[in-house]
Amino acid sequence: MSPRNGRPNVPVTIDGQDVKAFEGESILELARRVGVPIPTLCHLEGLSIHGGCRLCLVDTGDHKLKPACATEVTAELDVTTTNAEIREHRRRIVELLFAEGNHICAFCVSSGSCELQDLATEHHVDHIHYELGYERHDVDASHPKYVLDRDRCVLCTRCVRVCDEVEGAHVWDVAMRGNEARIVAGMDIPWGESSACTWCGKCVVVCPTGALSFKGRATGEMRHDPELVAFLARARDEGEWIDRRAEA
Amino acid sequence: MSEHNGEGRRLRIATAWLGGCSGCHMSFLDLDEVLFDLAEKADLVYGPLTDVKEFPPDVDVTLVEGAVANQDNVELAKAVRANTRVVVSFGDCAVTGNVTSLRNALGDPAELVRRVYVEHPDIRGAMPTDVVPALLPYVEALHEVIPIDVYMPGCPPSADRIKATLLALLDSLAAGEGIPSLDWRGPEDLRFG
Repeated sequence: MSPRNGRPNVPVTIDGQDVKAFEGESILELARRVGVPIPTLCHLEGLSIHGGCRLCLVDTGDHKLKPACATEVTAELDVTTTNAEIREHRRRIVELLFAEGNHICAFCVSSGSCELQDLATEHHVDHIHYELGYERHDVDASHPKYVLDRDRCVLCTRCVRVCDEVEGAHVWDVAMRGNEARIVAGMDIPWGESSACTWCGKCVVVCPTGALSFKGRATGEMRHDPELVAFLARARDEGEWIDRRAEA
Repeated sequence: MSEHNGEGRRLRIATAWLGGCSGCHMSFLDLDEVLFDLAEKADLVYGPLTDVKEFPPDVDVTLVEGAVANQDNVELAKAVRANTRVVVSFGDCAVTGNVTSLRNALGDPAELVRRVYVEHPDIRGAMPTDVVPALLPYVEALHEVIPIDVYMPGCPPSADRIKATLLALLDSLAAGEGIPSLDWRGPEDLRFG
């Protein structure tokens, strides 16, 4: 998020509340600034917009719902962030993510600090209506420090973006399409053989699930730190590199 | 004071153990002193904790632990459904397949059975015949085999979660109100893993 100049002057209504948005601000940025919660998964402050998970869909009175992260405000926009239809869409998205992978929370390194697990609880997902896929996805444990467990990957591309945009190494990409889509290192080589990887671990700390973790962590022992990216983005903009998040 | 269902008899609850590790039943026993409250509200008429061979008729609530992994699991699940007003899918194995379903990604279970019963034993390795129930080609979540009324995820569901859900259910049935809304469930009551 780049710093905004001047005062917000675009009149917008969000859940019945009249507010002023900055020129070019996204609905999600506005909502967070004025304290209206909108769930997200692929979005991460400090990274480019992906708009892939669709959890932040909101109603702008248009004929279809819009992703709040990728939709800029316009004057007199009237946004509804939550209603029965939107909640139903979000619940189904979470269920589809569970059906597509093998998210077995019971023995996941990230159980207890997983954004997908939290979203399931938040959206009252008590079972999966869709047929579970049980597709097998390869694990890449070739890196000395980290593990990629594709069974737990939701293809949010946070790892791809942080490696490219913040670390500048561009180790990760998404290969293939649809059900075959998978995160790959380099030109689909074992992660441990990637000469581009700097071992910085940013991909691991931004992962919302247990797909990327520090090697050697057991069930429930992994803690991610996705807010690190927002800190780095601000540090670069403002030249202030002392991490005071722990004190806040 | 004993509680009764709408028909004027004491509530009857049961538990069933399908393809799971029995951890959900262990968690049920962790109810500790609440088991006495439960005993005041209902009779436990079937389950691994009783010595009853056939699933009985007219059960009000059955907690079913485990995924459906073999032919015996299918038959017990169907007997539970046919004789129970409110079937609770109890724990992550029943709700999603969980650990029990890990073999689904490996394909034909015959190969697994051969590895375990023929290759692995030090002596007398042989394919099982009549005693071990036949494995299904794929492990299924309970709701893929029988209709479910209430889902209680967790691996295992904590004793507090079992208490909150089960008592809400029994109190509602005793009042003749059927299955209650469980929309109040927050992170303590509704969470995978």
